[in-house]
Amino acid sequence: MALKTKNSTRIGVTILGWGIALWLFFPIFWMFLTSFKSEVQAISTPPKLFFMPTLSSYAEVFERASYWHFTFNTVIVSVGATASAIALAVPAAYSMAFMPSKRTRGTLLWMLSTRMLPPVGVLVPIYLLARNTHLLDTCTGLAIVDMLTNLPIIVWMLYTFFREVPAPILEAGRMDGATRWQEMTMVLLPLALPGIASTALLSLILCWNEAFWSLNLTSSHAAPLTAFIASFSSPEGLFFGKLSAASTLAVAPILVFGWISQKQLVRGLTFGAVK
Amino acid sequence: MATVELKNLRKTYLTEEIIKGISLSIEDREFVVFVGPSGCGKSTLLRMIAGLEDITSGDLLIDGQRMNDVEPGKRGLAMVFQSYALYPHMDVYKNMEFGLKLAGMPEAERREKIEHVAHTLQLEPYLHHKPGQLSGGQRQRVAIGRAIVRNPKVFLFDEPLSNLDAALRGQMRVELSALHRKLGATTIYVTHDQVEAMTMADKIVVLQKGVVEQIGSPLELYHHPRNLFVARFIGSPPMNFFPAIFQGGDSAGSSVQLRDGSTLYVPVTSPGILPGTKVTVGIRPEHVELAPSGPNSGTVEVIERLGAITLVHVRMSDGEIIVVQTDGAVLTDVDTHVSLTLPPQNCHLFAPDGLAFEACRRHPLAA
Repeated sequence: MALKTKNSTRIGVTILGWGIALWLFFPIFWMFLTSFKSEVQAISTPPKLFFMPTLSSYAEVFERASYWHFTFNTVIVSVGATASAIALAVPAAYSMAFMPSKRTRGTLLWMLSTRMLPPVGVLVPIYLLARNTHLLDTCTGLAIVDMLTNLPIIVWMLYTFFREVPAPILEAGRMDGATRWQEMTMVLLPLALPGIASTALLSLILCWNEAFWSLNLTSSHAAPLTAFIASFSSPEGLFFGKLSAASTLAVAPILVFGWISQKQLVRGLTFGAVK
Repeated sequence: MATVELKNLRKTYLTEEIIKGISLSIEDREFVVFVGPSGCGKSTLLRMIAGLEDITSGDLLIDGQRMNDVEPGKRGLAMVFQSYALYPHMDVYKNMEFGLKLAGMPEAERREKIEHVAHTLQLEPYLHHKPGQLSGGQRQRVAIGRAIVRNPKVFLFDEPLSNLDAALRGQMRVELSALHRKLGATTIYVTHDQVEAMTMADKIVVLQKGVVEQIGSPLELYHHPRNLFVARFIGSPPMNFFPAIFQGGDSAGSSVQLRDGSTLYVPVTSPGILPGTKVTVGIRPEHVELAPSGPNSGTVEVIERLGAITLVHVRMSDGEIIVVQTDGAVLTDVDTHVSLTLPPQNCHLFAPDGLAFEACRRHPLAA
């Protein structure tokens, strides 16, 4: 009896899981499909599921804008922001995890709370700062802003990972004559590498998808893929075929990357949550 | 060759004082054990010596040099942790090599040292195994090897055997003692296990609530506990206690009256104690004798037969339980009425403040 209930629960959960997964995946699937339609097919009602696929949207997208230029900017900004965020977050998380003070908890919560602030609330000051420091429409400027917005969540994640490393192992390093720096780089980092990798991965995805700041702080020179997509919802109106092609092109690299590294990602996101 | 000296060491966390002024001197080649109940500060004290905890006040001298502000790695110590704390991402060889490498030792010399230690500890077949592939006992050996290979002045052990099962613990105890004899290095060992303390130590330091209760050889603590705490803590099963009234004393002994009216003349001096003072008589389970009838009677409540010895738990008429350790072949049964004989020469007397009365004659093994 109990076994039967357990089985039916499992089937129910499986169906629910698949349902949610398909529901979440559907927009991407539809976007992918639409990118192979002609503009007329793309807006036809009822929507067409079977049609003669065409690459015309892609051809036009490549003709109108330099995809590689945008991709290059996105890669530079994402990798730059992630690398610098990790470099800053590792020492911060290390000190918080292994040398906590009375205020560590509060600091962590405060850092996280900045993520809850609507970015538009600081748009004007950040825009002015970027303008005055000549960082408008530069990859550096965008990378700095992306790095700063993601830093709290990165510190938080690394802190959780570092907390899993038993303190005596680091103390053993200290007894063996390691300096704090050696203790961090030679003992802690190799042990926390899976955690750091998944944190970096998450940061990369967040930077890749970041649209608000890229649209507001860049125009042509440093515009990343999110600006590339936006450029297709243009003054002439919405062209869903081209928009979908551009979007597919924009998300494809990170989608493939995420697919390859999903094991790391899932481990990172559920770390500490499931014990 | 190293001596360690603690001079009025104190440690305060926020507002709470954990270590309350400990002074102690440890001779070269001595095996000193810090023992005490959980939370007594023994591990904190060890970590202060190691440099893993700051010293709030007082001085720590190693070989006469003040070490309070010296980095842990530069104090010439090596530590074996309770959880072994091996580097999980390095194999056994690299675990042992780490400290030597940081010290800038040439590779050939490192290899020679590691191989020598691995041979001593029978770790040769595992040199290229990761800690995760080793058993508890093997990990413990690697942790010890990692300490030995650095050739430290002083070894620090923080409850190193408490994660092992009973059989392995007994074996490692013997191995550690043998290793200490062979290496002849000064050793400070923290444990809550009094068997480890009694069997391994040259000198035991009994701690309670951040204060030293007594320092002495194992048998000194056993035969001449300085106070009730040490008397209760050292010895297993623990010492039995009887409330009594002090009647008077001379240079050869002191006379006390037990609750049932019987009197005992215990060979301890009692300067300054007034007749009528409430005192405590202590006697170890192995010294109490069972008699079919007489004073101090009670009923047998539990019998634990361990083969060679039998532990008889007797419920006295005042409700107290007294444990008697007797011969393995004793025929006494549960619910039997028995009497207890307390040989006065084996009794201890404790004043109301818990301090022991001085014995008239020191035990020959605890001189």
